[in-house]
Amino acid sequence: MNRLSWFNTVSLTLGFAFLYIPMIILIIFSFNESKLVTVWAGFSTKWYGELVQNEAFLDAAWVTIRVAVFSSTLATILGTAAAYVLVRGKRFFGRTLFSGMIYAPLVMPEVITGLSLLLLFIGIGLDRGILTIVLAHTTFSMCFVSVVVSSRLVTFDKSLEEAALDLGCSPAQAFGLVTLPIIAPAVISGWLLAFTLSLDDLVIASFTSGPSATTLPIKIFSAVRLGVSPEINALSTIMIAVVTVGVITASLVTKRAMMRQRQDEQAAGRTE
Amino acid sequence: MNSDVFAPWDDPQAKPLIQFRNVTKRFGEFTAIDNLSLDIFEREFFALLGPSGCGKTTMMRMLAGFETPTEGQILLGGKDIDPIPPNKRAVNMMFQSYALFPHLSVWENIAFGLRRDRMPKHDLEDRVEEMLRLTRLEKFARRKPHQISGGQRQRVALARSLAKAPKLLLLDEPLGALDKKLRQDTQFELMDIQEKTGTTFVIVTHDQEEAMTVASRVAVMDQGQLMQVATPDRIYENPASVYVADFIGDVNIIEGRATSVGEDTYQVDWAEGQAPLTAGSAKNFENGQLCHLAIRPEKVTISAERPADAVNAVQGKVHDIAYLGNLSTYHVELANGTIIKAQTANTRRISRRSFTWEDPVWLSWTATAAVLLAD
Repeated sequence: MNRLSWFNTVSLTLGFAFLYIPMIILIIFSFNESKLVTVWAGFSTKWYGELVQNEAFLDAAWVTIRVAVFSSTLATILGTAAAYVLVRGKRFFGRTLFSGMIYAPLVMPEVITGLSLLLLFIGIGLDRGILTIVLAHTTFSMCFVSVVVSSRLVTFDKSLEEAALDLGCSPAQAFGLVTLPIIAPAVISGWLLAFTLSLDDLVIASFTSGPSATTLPIKIFSAVRLGVSPEINALSTIMIAVVTVGVITASLVTKRAMMRQRQDEQAAGRTE
Repeated sequence: MNSDVFAPWDDPQAKPLIQFRNVTKRFGEFTAIDNLSLDIFEREFFALLGPSGCGKTTMMRMLAGFETPTEGQILLGGKDIDPIPPNKRAVNMMFQSYALFPHLSVWENIAFGLRRDRMPKHDLEDRVEEMLRLTRLEKFARRKPHQISGGQRQRVALARSLAKAPKLLLLDEPLGALDKKLRQDTQFELMDIQEKTGTTFVIVTHDQEEAMTVASRVAVMDQGQLMQVATPDRIYENPASVYVADFIGDVNIIEGRATSVGEDTYQVDWAEGQAPLTAGSAKNFENGQLCHLAIRPEKVTISAERPADAVNAVQGKVHDIAYLGNLSTYHVELANGTIIKAQTANTRRISRRSFTWEDPVWLSWTATAAVLLAD
């Protein structure tokens, strides 16, 4: 392995420091004995213990997870359907406009999305709670799913679907038995993206949540306004750990699948 | 005609399996198929041959049900197939890209169509095993498509499309992705399987050798129209037009003016100060009509002296020699600059070759060797 030049070493260190020092400080102080966040008073895990006892945080966490699961599932179904129609469908009037419009929420300021949803829910008389957060999150994460899935569908060999039809599938069966299993990785990563987006959304959730349901980001944000407690640090550390484990697992799985495929292809080449 | 020979197209009693009746297909402004009529018979191995963009793939996709004719009708076994969706047609297709389902094993790929028919489990297993045996894939049944070679994938695609025992099998450039040696072996395998299963095959190809090898009849297409439909030997020996003669194999075309000199015999004046050439033709030519004389290079004899009894003989000098191992093609330049190709089998070793560059030679051919074409 080549050694890095001093310039590259410095660039690398600076870049990583910039990205990770805030998080490292947060993690270190989550193990702080003292109640004061900025003063180190020895190692302790007591804040993790207190966190587990804090009903309000646990409730908020449970709401957040439910919202994330429901909204990302709904967004995946709607986003995949939209992507399929836009990539595969016959040309119809307004198709170009529609395919442009589906991406609009990507660049729309969250405050505007949140406000318009709030107005809508008040207008139709829907009480704000878990349902409204789920609907709101579905609205904005659906277009992310649609982007991910349609980029996969563009490279999808259409003759695979024709082959399924040719062998006796109805169009719906062809989608379920051939298209969906093949594009599944894209659909799953779309779901994961929607899940993550829902998990850490603060702005839209604060517009659409009610007194009956508070998500974790809202809870943390309002708790911090009263002063940062080491408990929040502990909670954040747990979230970082969960995300890290998830990301590493996902990339390992993808890498192994890719390596296995390459080995198979080489083996197939040798039997020719 | 001998009744043992398979030639339903010569039998006026025979009912065609497929009938194209004045079929036209347009994509917007572009006419892919232009008022085309064609009969294909049961158990035929029918080849659609033509350059890319000639409409051959559109014909096949209309048979499979992925395109519908703009005008005209397509009948399968006497019934109009227009209202029948692809999944309800007794027609299966082998795709150019093979279109194997990457998430299913070889076994499951072959079973896919049978499962859609809800075939009983036991029959289904027997049928899949039979298909695996037919295509010699028993060892690879549990593998995924990316775990087998190109030639094996091609056989899986064939097995999958044959599994449902369709009335008609469509093959879209089935051997395009294989290298030459493997392609030749597979052509014979295809013919073998076609005979064993008795299925009607329609193959689309741009490779004329492939069409000639496998097909019982060949349709040469150009710009959405049929140029000629005939058996491979008739297409080669009696092309209907200069286009067909030129598209199939190698040919010398000499332009001239025809003069009738007896029943079905014509003289062709082709160059100032040169003796006219003689050729037979069943078609009528007016005296002085512009015509094209088509002669296959292997029917042209090359010699040092003028053969005494030759009907047609022209003199020139060797311009180029293409050595192909088993054959040599001599490009001979005539006095007026015309190049005529003559092919000879290399029955002797190359060191004993009689002619070399710039040698003066005579080219000769019989009165029946050439075909006289109007256009």
